[in-house]
Amino acid sequence: MSRNSYVLALCLGGMWSIVISVLVSVAMSFLTGMAFKPNLTNSAALGVIAGLLILYFKSKSTIILFTIFACFLLEFPNKEIIWISEDATRLQKILTYTIFSMVLVLPLATMLKGLEPGKVDRFDFETSIIRFLTGVGFIIFTVAVFIPFYVMIMTSLKSQQELLLNPLNFGIDFSKGLGLFRSYYELFTDFNFGTYLWTSLFVSVLTVIITLAFAIPGAYAVARLKFKGRSVFSQTILLIYMVPMIVLALPIYIGFSMAGLRNTLIGIVLIYPVTTIPVALYMLQGYFRGLPAEIEEAGLMDGLSRFSVIRRITLPLALPALASVSLYVFMIAWNEFLLALMLLDDPAIFTLTRGVASLDSSEVPRQHLMAGAVISTLPILVLFLALERFMTKGLAVGGVKG
Amino acid sequence: MQNAAPKTLGPLSRREARFAWTLLLPTILSVALVIVLPLMAIFWISFKPIALEDLRPASALVREQLRGKPKQSGDAAIIRYKIRNSSQKDPIFGVTLADEIPSSLEVIAVDKRCSLKGKNLNCSLGAFEGGQRETLEIRVIAKQDYFSNNLKITDSIAKVTGRGENILTNFNFTLKNFVHVFDSAEFWTVIYATLFYTVFGTIGALVVGLFTALLLNIDFRGKGLIRGLYLFPYVAPVIAVAFAWVILFDPFSGSINALLVQMGVVDTPINFFGQKPYALIMVTVFEIWRYFPLSFLFILARMQAIDVEMYEAADMDGASPFQIFWYLSLPTLMGILSILFLLRFIWTFNKFDDIFLLTGGSADTRTLTVNVYEQAFAVSNIGAGAAVAVVIFIFLLFFSIFFFRFFNREEGL
Repeated sequence: MSRNSYVLALCLGGMWSIVISVLVSVAMSFLTGMAFKPNLTNSAALGVIAGLLILYFKSKSTIILFTIFACFLLEFPNKEIIWISEDATRLQKILTYTIFSMVLVLPLATMLKGLEPGKVDRFDFETSIIRFLTGVGFIIFTVAVFIPFYVMIMTSLKSQQELLLNPLNFGIDFSKGLGLFRSYYELFTDFNFGTYLWTSLFVSVLTVIITLAFAIPGAYAVARLKFKGRSVFSQTILLIYMVPMIVLALPIYIGFSMAGLRNTLIGIVLIYPVTTIPVALYMLQGYFRGLPAEIEEAGLMDGLSRFSVIRRITLPLALPALASVSLYVFMIAWNEFLLALMLLDDPAIFTLTRGVASLDSSEVPRQHLMAGAVISTLPILVLFLALERFMTKGLAVGGVKG
Repeated sequence: MQNAAPKTLGPLSRREARFAWTLLLPTILSVALVIVLPLMAIFWISFKPIALEDLRPASALVREQLRGKPKQSGDAAIIRYKIRNSSQKDPIFGVTLADEIPSSLEVIAVDKRCSLKGKNLNCSLGAFEGGQRETLEIRVIAKQDYFSNNLKITDSIAKVTGRGENILTNFNFTLKNFVHVFDSAEFWTVIYATLFYTVFGTIGALVVGLFTALLLNIDFRGKGLIRGLYLFPYVAPVIAVAFAWVILFDPFSGSINALLVQMGVVDTPINFFGQKPYALIMVTVFEIWRYFPLSFLFILARMQAIDVEMYEAADMDGASPFQIFWYLSLPTLMGILSILFLLRFIWTFNKFDDIFLLTGGSADTRTLTVNVYEQAFAVSNIGAGAAVAVVIFIFLLFFSIFFFRFFNREEGL
């Protein structure tokens, strides 16, 4: 198989151009709320030319100028790269084409860097393809992850009329000032969200404390002490991972209904830790195993009891691990939804997720629902960003759990 | 070492074992109470003809009234107890009533089912059919204290007891629940949706995770930021992101539909979460979107542990990037990929919240887990819900046998 850099340049140029014209159109549509339509055939053709030119001349700035020029040249009906609605101003058109040209040419030049016209070896050939895939991958994944979160925030800042007027408009009208946050204000005043926030915080923190109180001794026993059935035990913990919550939720619902624990916060605080103890125990025993046993043995030699060894030696050493586990358990408790939905009926004791679920009705406008979503997401994301190192570690170990 | 250890346990190691079990006891107890017990309950309930309203067992209720409006000392009156069965269909047995008659009322005649000892009235009323009502009347004469102390007949509360047969604990069994589950026309649709969602969701999340891990395995500015962003879908509460997706893809006011229409991709908006072929695909895409961060995290961690020298050696030998990926990276990642696949497979199979929030199980997206909820709470047939749960459990048993075989070979996590 012979590898020709011309074929490569025109293929990558064409495909990259299609990706970029779609991306720029979508971005401009969302930014302005107006219609931008990519013409795939034309942009592919332009991309092919750009690719070949880059391969040949290697001068980025001239090629960008050429592309902008070409974009204008092609602005005849059915010949355009990106069809732009009549409402757009001249400036917006120029801006669109300039952005398009730069995002087309600059990365393309990087992708094709090091390629000589004519035959190329396998290494350079594949390197270019990988650069192309990297670029496309970053664009697609970043956009896909980012858009739902952006929509969440944007919707929560709009009014009902604005939402219905043009769903395409992703802009935020900053001229409203504090009026932007009307939905949030109403959630806190009319929908009791302040209480939900506290309830969620209270329940989550309590869950973390109870979980640790159960899991630390258990994990220590599994990690350090020799007893019959130790290996069976550490395997059973993994088995508990596999029981779906919904299967348990049904008998728990029945049991709680009979015991009068349904619709109480005590019931929630009783049940949440049990769902997290196995995970926490599993995570912690892994950490404990990694700690050097010699220090603990030295402590034992010096006459410390097992409990003081755990308290004075093991726990301080495992502090980062405890932080990871706590954060992970906090996240599970904060995000828990199924049990809260089944067990809580009284709006006075809703957790935040249950409160957001109650906003999902035709009577509540959507910006309120999204504001509720933002309120429930924000604390956990802030915590995540602030303590990312611990959180990522916790996720990586405990993340086998859904 | 292992062979050299003595067969019998010394006192020290026995003490250690005892200590270990003490430390584990709270966990074992709580897990037994909330996981093992409910699991057994599910099997029990799945053979019972039980609906949501049967959860409250039948009991006797009483209302107490003083009739005859006594105005002054010496007036005759009647204490009337109205007793009824709270359930319309289930009987209660051994109903009794106990009350204290105030001394300010002089009893003249009691119902023949009752006996009076001092102030204490005791009646035994036998069995009540479903919906049965009975009235008891005690004729009394009011004394002066009754008016001067402004007493009320309800000051002493009448107590009724009665043993309603609790449908949960009796020995009525039925196979109807299973027949109902397997016979229903949608059973195979449910199985299909479950398998589709599980298989494609798991593979998709793995592939996307692998791809993003490859992207982030190179160093560049802003890498931490991108990595953090890529973990957002998993960290955020499912309820928030699920509703964001529903709003984004809404057929009337969703941005995606508006965009597709405007770009001329489709003529009329698509109801992504409510139309048949799309809904199942969309919930699977959501699953991939939400859980790729996990695979990505695991795979990236494993990648960074791969020996750099191996790559350098491969480079020296003139291996191309794809060859390095195919012959070097992929084989070293195979272990973590298969573990991830198994774990994620089971967890996707168990997933409930996501589909429940996105579609509620409509448009052929009802998986087994959603079906548990649907049967037990939407249709109010708890027995059928439990039967579905048993089906899930059998599937899981299957998976975990496979899983443990595999793990014993792979030497653990």
